[in-house]
Amino acid sequence: MKTLLEIKDLWVEVEGREVLKGISLKIPVGETHVIFGKNGSGKTSLLMTIMGFPEYRVKHGQIIFKGKDITHLPPFERARKGIGIMFQRPPTVKGVKLRDILELCAKHNGIKIEELAMEFGFEHFLDREINRGFSGGEIKKSELLQLLLQDPDLVLLDEPESGVDIENMQLIGKMIKKLLQKEDPHLPRQKSGLVITHTGFILQYVTADLGYVIIDGEIYCQGNPIEIFEGIQKYGYEECKKCLKRKKFLQLEVE
Amino acid sequence: MNDVKKLSLSKEEEELLKLLGLDPSLKREGEFLQIDGRAVRCQKQVEGLEILPIKEALQKYEWLEKDYYWKLLTPGKDEFTKEVAENLDDGYFIRVPAGLKLVYPIQACLYIHTKDYRQKVHNIVIVEEGAELNLITSCAVHPHISSALHIGVSEYYVKKGGKLTYTMLHMWGEKTQVRPGTGVIVEEGGTFISTYVSLSPVKDLRTSPICRLTGKGAKASFVSIVVNHPNSYVDVGGEVFLEAENTNAEIISRTVIYGGENIAKSRIVAKAPKVRGHLECEGLMLSDNGIMRAIPELDSHFSDVELTHEAAVGKIAREEVEYLMARGLSEDEATSLIVKGFLTVKIEGISPELQKQIDKALETAKLGF
Repeated sequence: MKTLLEIKDLWVEVEGREVLKGISLKIPVGETHVIFGKNGSGKTSLLMTIMGFPEYRVKHGQIIFKGKDITHLPPFERARKGIGIMFQRPPTVKGVKLRDILELCAKHNGIKIEELAMEFGFEHFLDREINRGFSGGEIKKSELLQLLLQDPDLVLLDEPESGVDIENMQLIGKMIKKLLQKEDPHLPRQKSGLVITHTGFILQYVTADLGYVIIDGEIYCQGNPIEIFEGIQKYGYEECKKCLKRKKFLQLEVE
Repeated sequence: MNDVKKLSLSKEEEELLKLLGLDPSLKREGEFLQIDGRAVRCQKQVEGLEILPIKEALQKYEWLEKDYYWKLLTPGKDEFTKEVAENLDDGYFIRVPAGLKLVYPIQACLYIHTKDYRQKVHNIVIVEEGAELNLITSCAVHPHISSALHIGVSEYYVKKGGKLTYTMLHMWGEKTQVRPGTGVIVEEGGTFISTYVSLSPVKDLRTSPICRLTGKGAKASFVSIVVNHPNSYVDVGGEVFLEAENTNAEIISRTVIYGGENIAKSRIVAKAPKVRGHLECEGLMLSDNGIMRAIPELDSHFSDVELTHEAAVGKIAREEVEYLMARGLSEDEATSLIVKGFLTVKIEGISPELQKQIDKALETAKLGF
């Protein structure tokens, strides 16, 4: 299957501190991968580096997207190439309405803002200052609405379930499914996703093709996401360090 | 007087005046245009409303000089006001009769066409009891003249229960000196809403309107939206005196500094109990080659008052720029959107049409780097 994103031996520093230590992974077109890890394990750093924020300095390694090396491109060029990110804690921007940003996101594809907002019951937020006073669930909806209009080929989701109550989680799950073309399981997909989570709760709403565990900036294992999640639930992240699969995973890397 | 075509303005100047509001497609209750020292257009659509050049009005009405002329400001305040008093060009006199609520704005425009001209203007506006007026005054200078001076003296009277929404859009030049002096008095239950917008470079601009709320329940709001360019010195202030119970005032300023020097000085004085006042002053520094001074001042002569202020000066938050870049905006586009958002103040009580005109001015200013 065609690879959309490939990360090769990525080493990243933030303010002189190593946050990613030799990450490698491949996401084929149409697949969704999920990364499990504790807070501070490097999950968010990985997403931020893929998006290209300058604070995350790549010391070594490569990020290949659609066959092109994007390791040193600024974020907006990556966005224009088809990478979109859902922020966990997006900032408020004084005087800028959600609609202003949605219009910019929809500039090139002609998707109707009002219609889409109404589909998810979010039309009343269009003329509000972006993120000001939004609840956890409202932030997620606002982020996902922006992404649906941006229509990226690779979606990076940073803890999509954090701060959201169960009632809203249904709708957020629905939005993510639409974004990743998972509404109909039988149709071929063009959209790929990389989801990070520390609770794993999101898997109840969105299926994933492959899971990884990241600890201290390193990928410890990869495999069936449900099995990995069950293992973490049962033994915790600390036990991942002793896991027998770890040996097998390292061998695979060498091969 | 009403034939602008005879003035031989260039296409560019006509476009500029249109942008400033002299646009036939906009609905207006009246218009006033002064070019250099001459009032060249003065017209109204409504019976009872008066719009006259001030010199003509002073001749017509004795009471105007006796009761209103130089009553809120003094000629000896400084050398500039003195020059206006001694050698007045012209200006506008607008009077809205009691109970008349005008729906659309009156557009006034003070324009300097000639190089090195010293434009000396005196305006008087009287909003009688229960009347309402929305006045837009646009000021500009010929796009290619090297230097000019504008001195404006404005005296505004809002009678009992009246409402004056006053908006000033300035588009001066890099070598223009500007000295507007404004005095306002608001009687019981009256409202004065002032919005000042200056987005273009100017050499030296100093203004500090003085507003007295003399009747119970009177309200005043001053909002200023200023972009400070390199080599510009801008001092936009405001003073409100709360002289009766239940009066209420706010002074809000938003300034973006690309360079030059800016002073945002505002003061609210509580001279009666049970009054409220709020100052808000925010500055966004986009350069290290500029100076911003935010000087809020609250004075109270009574204990039963509510006076507050907020002031903040700082740079654009990096995370806001990056947030927008992740949506596909270049760094310049993101900065421009943030600056535009920062300057977009929701002004309570103004018409949507006027808000659109202010937004258009912001668009046209092509903010950002």
